[in-house]
Amino acid sequence: MPEVQELVKNLADKYGRKRENLLHILQGIVEQERYLSDVALTEVARELDMSAAQVYGTATFYTFLDTEPRGKYVIRICRTITCDMKGKNRIIQAIEDTLKIKLGETSQNKKFTLLETNCMGWCHEGPAMLINDQAYTNLTEDKAIEIVTDYVKNK
Amino acid sequence: MTYNKLKRIDLIFHEDCECRKVLEKTFSKSNDEIINDILESGLKGRGGAGFPTGLKWKFTAEQPSDERFVICNADEGEPGTFKDREILFRVPSKVFSGMAVCAKVIGAKKGYIYLRGEYRFLLPELRKALDAFHRDIKDLIDFEILIQMGSGAYICGEESALFESMEGKRGEPRNKPPYPTVAGFKNKPTVINNVETLVYAFMICKHGPMRFKELGTSDSRGSKVFSVSGDTPIAGIYELELGMSLDNFVEEFGDGDTKAVQVGGAAGFCVPRKKFRETIIGFEGVPTGGSMKVFNSSRSMYNVLHNYLGFFEEESCGQCTPCRVGCQQLIKGVEAVKKGEKKAVYLDQLLKLSETMKLASKCGLGQSVANSFSSIVENFREEMIY
Repeated sequence: MPEVQELVKNLADKYGRKRENLLHILQGIVEQERYLSDVALTEVARELDMSAAQVYGTATFYTFLDTEPRGKYVIRICRTITCDMKGKNRIIQAIEDTLKIKLGETSQNKKFTLLETNCMGWCHEGPAMLINDQAYTNLTEDKAIEIVTDYVKNK
Repeated sequence: MTYNKLKRIDLIFHEDCECRKVLEKTFSKSNDEIINDILESGLKGRGGAGFPTGLKWKFTAEQPSDERFVICNADEGEPGTFKDREILFRVPSKVFSGMAVCAKVIGAKKGYIYLRGEYRFLLPELRKALDAFHRDIKDLIDFEILIQMGSGAYICGEESALFESMEGKRGEPRNKPPYPTVAGFKNKPTVINNVETLVYAFMICKHGPMRFKELGTSDSRGSKVFSVSGDTPIAGIYELELGMSLDNFVEEFGDGDTKAVQVGGAAGFCVPRKKFRETIIGFEGVPTGGSMKVFNSSRSMYNVLHNYLGFFEEESCGQCTPCRVGCQQLIKGVEAVKKGEKKAVYLDQLLKLSETMKLASKCGLGQSVANSFSSIVENFREEMIY
């Protein structure tokens, strides 16, 4: 059995096969795969006996349920007003230069994706970013480069 | 001018809580007595809308049903609000205890915490605390709390959208009525409270309603946790007595050059300096879910508005036309005026559009875009044009 199919089956076994379990399953796939491939979505539809359109429609409603390939580490920079005022554009520039990717892109080696996100609740310590689930705050350009470089080298 | 220092309160984060002892004491009371205590305290919802908490519990308890739920709304997404994260991080057992009291009063066997995806890093510690709590109270009440994660959708903080999301669907708000007290999660009577509200309810059980009621004003009883950010030397989380004037707030938190304060986040109101003195922070003045963003004179209010509109345009669920198209047109409109492609009077058209959105949108998101839009455009009109 291909890997994704097995993952979907395991998640459905764990959470159940009702509609109310759908988000749990989709979140579980994203946790493993970083995004929801067409294969994964159709597989979920099959397991839960729903139409693929319904699964796709639900998934695409949520920002964190990506349906495009993402890197192993998804970097999300907060773009809302306080982080914006405190210089999030400089942070983005610094990370773009370090990883040699532009905002919205995934690195060639599929390790990093760089995105913006709406307010993530760190306005008093902006600029802030998430790398997967981990929050990093009070960023400066140097600090952001240091954090990202650590991911490049050690993770 | 006499300068009254803002009154700092220490109810929420005070690490004194022997939750089990307080729960035992509370559970020895009848449900009516508990509801009366909450009503007597004057506690109103701390998420922003300000519905009396006691009434919410009472209506849900009175609704005939075989099953009821209590849900803790931890989908804290309003720009500039970050107090619920801090509460869940520092005093999670008080949140759980508030849910347990509510569960007893309404007869719920299950409770849920809907935690925004951006706060997933809280999960391991929260789970640990929850396991300990379940062990601690299992002989007191038959009640279990589960955690459900959000996935990055601001609209899911709207209560009916949150139910939809919990049911595995797109987070699109429902028509109201019916209200959650009648038909909420799984169409069962549901109490949905903000994180902070649940902790205050529990603190009222601990200290009695008077301790809470003596704080604040007749319309805004008690204290509130504020999230202060922007151009302030002391950004952070502060528990303050309600009913202060914005003047006093700025005196304490401003950097000496404050031009405006956005009260209540992107969905709230922008108050310019000339109105600081007359503006009261509370339900009788400008209400807030806690977000206080301070802007100094170096900031372009056009950029602030543009940032908010971009936020709303993206976070609108797209279900109803006034909000979906309205948000797009407002942002296009202010851009066109700024570039000189439209005349300045076009702003009046846009103000009318925002009024229409307030009247015609289905939920609080579309209805409140006009708050920040009109308060920024009317107070800083020249910055929108030049």
